[in-house]
Amino acid sequence: MKVDDPPTVESPALEIRSARRIKWTRRRTAAKRFWREYRRSTLGMVGLVILVLFIALAFSSIFVDKSALSKTAVTEESIAPCTFVTLPCAPNSTHLLGTDADGRSVLALVIEGSRVSLLVGFAAAAITMVIGAMVGILAGYRGRVSDTVLMRTTDFFLVIPWLPLAIVLAAILGQNIFVLIAIIGFTSWPSTARLVRAQTLSVKEHSYVERSRALGATNSQVISRHILPNVMPVIFANTILTVAIAILSESALSFLGLGDPRRVTWGTMIDAAFDAGAISIGAWWWLLAPSLCIVLVVLAFMLCGYALDEIINPRIRER
Amino acid sequence: MASQQRYLTGKLFQALITLLFILTFNFFLFRVLPGDPIRLLTKGAGQRLTPVEQQALREELGVDKPIFPGQYVQYMGQTLRLDLGVSSIVAPGESVTSLFFEKFPKTLFLVGLSTAASIMIGVVLGIYGGWKRGQAVDLGSMTGSLVLYSIPEFVLGIMLLLLFSNALGLFPSGGFESAVGDRAGLDRWIDILHHAFLPWLTLTLAFIGEFFLVMRSSLLDVLGEEYISLARAKGLREKYVLRRHAVRNALLPTVTLIALSFGFVLGGAITVELVFSYPGVGLMSFEALEARDFALLQGTFLFFSIGVLLANLTADLLYAYIDPRVRTS
Repeated sequence: MKVDDPPTVESPALEIRSARRIKWTRRRTAAKRFWREYRRSTLGMVGLVILVLFIALAFSSIFVDKSALSKTAVTEESIAPCTFVTLPCAPNSTHLLGTDADGRSVLALVIEGSRVSLLVGFAAAAITMVIGAMVGILAGYRGRVSDTVLMRTTDFFLVIPWLPLAIVLAAILGQNIFVLIAIIGFTSWPSTARLVRAQTLSVKEHSYVERSRALGATNSQVISRHILPNVMPVIFANTILTVAIAILSESALSFLGLGDPRRVTWGTMIDAAFDAGAISIGAWWWLLAPSLCIVLVVLAFMLCGYALDEIINPRIRER
Repeated sequence: MASQQRYLTGKLFQALITLLFILTFNFFLFRVLPGDPIRLLTKGAGQRLTPVEQQALREELGVDKPIFPGQYVQYMGQTLRLDLGVSSIVAPGESVTSLFFEKFPKTLFLVGLSTAASIMIGVVLGIYGGWKRGQAVDLGSMTGSLVLYSIPEFVLGIMLLLLFSNALGLFPSGGFESAVGDRAGLDRWIDILHHAFLPWLTLTLAFIGEFFLVMRSSLLDVLGEEYISLARAKGLREKYVLRRHAVRNALLPTVTLIALSFGFVLGGAITVELVFSYPGVGLMSFEALEARDFALLQGTFLFFSIGVLLANLTADLLYAYIDPRVRTS
């Protein structure tokens, strides 16, 4: 039973290292190929650039002087050339984006808002991703009763209108940023779960899954080695869209006055401006800046998500 | 025929189960969550109740009984009789059900007209975009749809208000109709339409993107099918293939997705009605939220859920009618 010996009986450590190296080379080529394809999509690149800019803005907010955001820090000089009577102050050379009714710079507020708004978006999307992926893989892989029960539950949550549900939850649970993240995260998973389940069902049928099971792999091994890596790209593309939806959700809840009163987000800015009657006094700058930020960021995520989908989704790709 | 009947009974049965789920969910949502229901229900009413009064209210609401089965059975019985309690703060003493149905026609008028418009525009553009995939028309409407999709409804409403009402003065800033003078007949209708135009435009524009994307991707899926290649290979004209083979099949999943999106349209109605102070059920649920009028909040939530459920059921029934696989086999 002796075929050729391995040329050199080296230490197993070296073999592992070379296997790892092969894996890394493979990954690097895959990443390069992916980037080449992604770069071809103009809209995807536009989205990516906007996104990078906003993430940089969010990071820069850490270094911005927070005292400028406090209402008590507003003085006669800080609002010049306006006076307390003419607030909110229209854009001018000192306040490039104008001020709000308290005399705070809209630019500083928008920068501060970028951090919290993005943070809520990412955190809520992470919760959505984990729950959606778990429910979807479990339902798709286990099948039978688990599938029926989980998908019935998913369908039920799909029918419940999102905003009214979130309003009720926020009204009962109170207003703070963590409650907001939890509400958005725990109510947005059904569509992710359906998507992941569909992908799991198709991956499950591949012969290598059957083969690995025949070789005695346990369920958790099959899921972590075969199912998850193959479902991951879909989950990833979907998560990018989920972040966009989470940011939209946060802005809607904040606009309804359910945001965290101690934190500035783009949504709470619009809420404050709207409540102060910015529309009737024509203070467009106060409303326009945060609105534009929401639209740009959400659009950037959507563009990236669609560009990814074009690459990952095999059905679209073939055409 | 038998299969169609089986399909219909199946769907009806499913809807009933979901309704039961919704009612149960609504029941536990307001009871399992922290806080004494009596305090929740009377919070902000501006009065401290004496222990005797509290006990009386407990008995009236049935919260002195154990949650299950006592309270649950009582709640189910009351809900099935459409007795959802009375509003405590927004309109003290008025029945939640009658309040809802008093405002509902206004919302239906607004949401119905705007949804019809956005479905029509979105679906037609989606067909065209998917058919001309990658061409200027497609890229243009794709970008436009993504932009529209990215704008929250209330932001769109605020921008339209700033532009058309505040800056140009073309439309009133909100409300259902002008209070001044007693307009009657045609004049009154024109006034109502004048007020409804901006909120209608907002909701229409806000959801065009959604329906465009759904229709386009559904058509793209169908265009990749083998029967389309076969139809083309038979030498059928491209337009005929599109109309008779592709669009007909692509519309099927679109119907389901459109029904599911009603939940989001309702959510949009809440924020848009607030922006335009349009006195429908959306604005009412916002008022209930502001005042923490829990009975009214719970009631509107229940009606919204049932509304989406009915929309889905309608889509399923429509499916039975338009899908030949269900219709004829």
